[in-house]
Amino acid sequence: MTRRPAIYGLLAEFNDPNELVSAVRGAHAAGYRRLDAYTPFPIEELSEALDMHRNRLPLIVLIGGILGACAGLGLQYWTSVIDYPINVAGRPLFSLPSFIPITFECTVLVAALSAVFGMLALNGLPMPYHPVFNVPRFALATRDRFFLCIEATDPQFDRDATRRFLERFVPRSVSEVEH
Amino acid sequence: MSAPLPEHPAGPIIGPGHTFSTVTDKISAVVLTRKTPIGWFIGFALSFSLLMLFLVAVTHLVFTGIGIWGINEPVAWGFDIVNFVWWIGIGHAGTLISAILLLFRQEWRTSINRFAEAMTLFAVACAAMFPVLHLGRPWLAYWLFPYPNTMGIWPQFRSPLMWDVFAVSTYATVSLMFWFVGLIPDLATLRDRSPSRVGRGIYGILAMGWRGSAAHWHRYETAYLLLAGLSTPLVVSVHTIVSFDFAVGVIPGWHATVFPPYFVAGAIYAGFAMVMTLAIPLRKIYGLEDFITMRHLNYMARITLATGLIVAYGYMMEAFMAWYSGSPYEEYMILNRFSGPYNSMYWTLIVCNVVVPQLLWFERVRSSVVALFAVSMVVNVGMWLERYIIIVVSLSRDFLPSSWGLYSGTVWDWSTFIGTIGLFLTLLFLFIRFLPMISIFEMRTLLPEAEVKEELA
Repeated sequence: MTRRPAIYGLLAEFNDPNELVSAVRGAHAAGYRRLDAYTPFPIEELSEALDMHRNRLPLIVLIGGILGACAGLGLQYWTSVIDYPINVAGRPLFSLPSFIPITFECTVLVAALSAVFGMLALNGLPMPYHPVFNVPRFALATRDRFFLCIEATDPQFDRDATRRFLERFVPRSVSEVEH
Repeated sequence: MSAPLPEHPAGPIIGPGHTFSTVTDKISAVVLTRKTPIGWFIGFALSFSLLMLFLVAVTHLVFTGIGIWGINEPVAWGFDIVNFVWWIGIGHAGTLISAILLLFRQEWRTSINRFAEAMTLFAVACAAMFPVLHLGRPWLAYWLFPYPNTMGIWPQFRSPLMWDVFAVSTYATVSLMFWFVGLIPDLATLRDRSPSRVGRGIYGILAMGWRGSAAHWHRYETAYLLLAGLSTPLVVSVHTIVSFDFAVGVIPGWHATVFPPYFVAGAIYAGFAMVMTLAIPLRKIYGLEDFITMRHLNYMARITLATGLIVAYGYMMEAFMAWYSGSPYEEYMILNRFSGPYNSMYWTLIVCNVVVPQLLWFERVRSSVVALFAVSMVVNVGMWLERYIIIVVSLSRDFLPSSWGLYSGTVWDWSTFIGTIGLFLTLLFLFIRFLPMISIFEMRTLLPEAEVKEELA
């Protein structure tokens, strides 16, 4: 790929969610695409402003659930009918009604595992190192501050022009993010 | 989007004057900076002593065998199953609060869901002790799971006891994940705010590098909602399957179709009583009255009352069906409950679970912390008695008078039971000391500043 930019990006700090959302909308309108916002709690409007509509997680969970159901029922069918058929009080070997509870539990179990591990995988967590943590003020992102980071890999990124652009939104501070 | 919350007649869900920083600081300070109150040390010491009692009881049990308990023929299920059902029922309120109330968008759940979920986990841990210890050879508990083995056999999948294994282990796993996923953003807060290097390291590892990115929040919220959607039928299925342990049997007093809904309602009833029992002293000791307000206690009292009425309906149906079935064994079972050897327990149960909770109809009772605490303790006792009555009365008098026999718990039964209370409280004390007992990031979203105003943006 191309050579690595000198810095990771520029990080602007805002006091409240409204300022952040308008800055994100502004940056998106100005053509910036490599940007991310960091907030102490989920803000629905940000996903719209950042154009994040696609989310593969529900599909992963659906597939997990279906696999769980098949595995649960399959386990019971294979052990009771094929591997070790045994007549219990004249019940059919494949006693479907009795097999429903375990099938259901396996469905929920695998679907829930897919939801958690799918979410972590899609988010790239655990992530032991990330450049934004190099900015000391970033520790406030988990308390009461709202950050917008325009990354240096954005084709429009320019150290000075982007800084001037961010300052138009009157942030508390704009800092350069080291790699 | 949504209009700002109007003044609610029942009072606010968060005290006035709070901001993002005060909410964060106040809740995280309990873990990070505030001096641990002396009450914590006293409480922890007492609970830990009870946990040591559990250690003694279990050691004696493993060395000697389950003959040290009071169980016999015909009452082969005594305290162990009573306590199993009692504990697992208590756990259900945690999932109800975190999952079902989330789906119904009941915002007031936010300040109680974290420790209610912790309560679920610890209650499930206590519950799981009993069936495993009841095996007699607990080190062979892995035989319960289907794994390819040299004996060439498989578990009996047509048995409700096997369904229980899957239900309880799934429930424990999903509750743990739900709780942990809810904790991740708060662990990141602790990481960023911990004054000590060790704290930053440990919370940092647990937070897994969470940085609050908008893209992450987007998937996080989806995952959380999906987990809530999965937990809701799960929690209903767990106590339904627990009730199948009884309902699928043919013993008089067990073989009833009302059992699943009646058990689920009873579980929620017991669980909410336990949440109140824990929340009332906690908010007082840690000064969290701004976050766990009277409105929360009032709502929990109403849910307790509503589920209590369903439970009362269950008791009436048991009596009605015993008469309506025309089966002499069922009739005898209910008369035996009313006037047999365990009748004092039965009537105490009715007083605890049906009569006393009617006090919750009164606004004055619902707004008095002391009264609520007293009622919730009474319900805790009542629900334990309910399981005792269902299990012991039915087993001690089944079809043949020649196989009748009485049961009472021995000192080891009581030690094990009280010991699990020690386990539960010890875990709970450790939890409130080392993890935020209220979800910080969800509390932030409840503040009026969290609202994004469209016209500005």
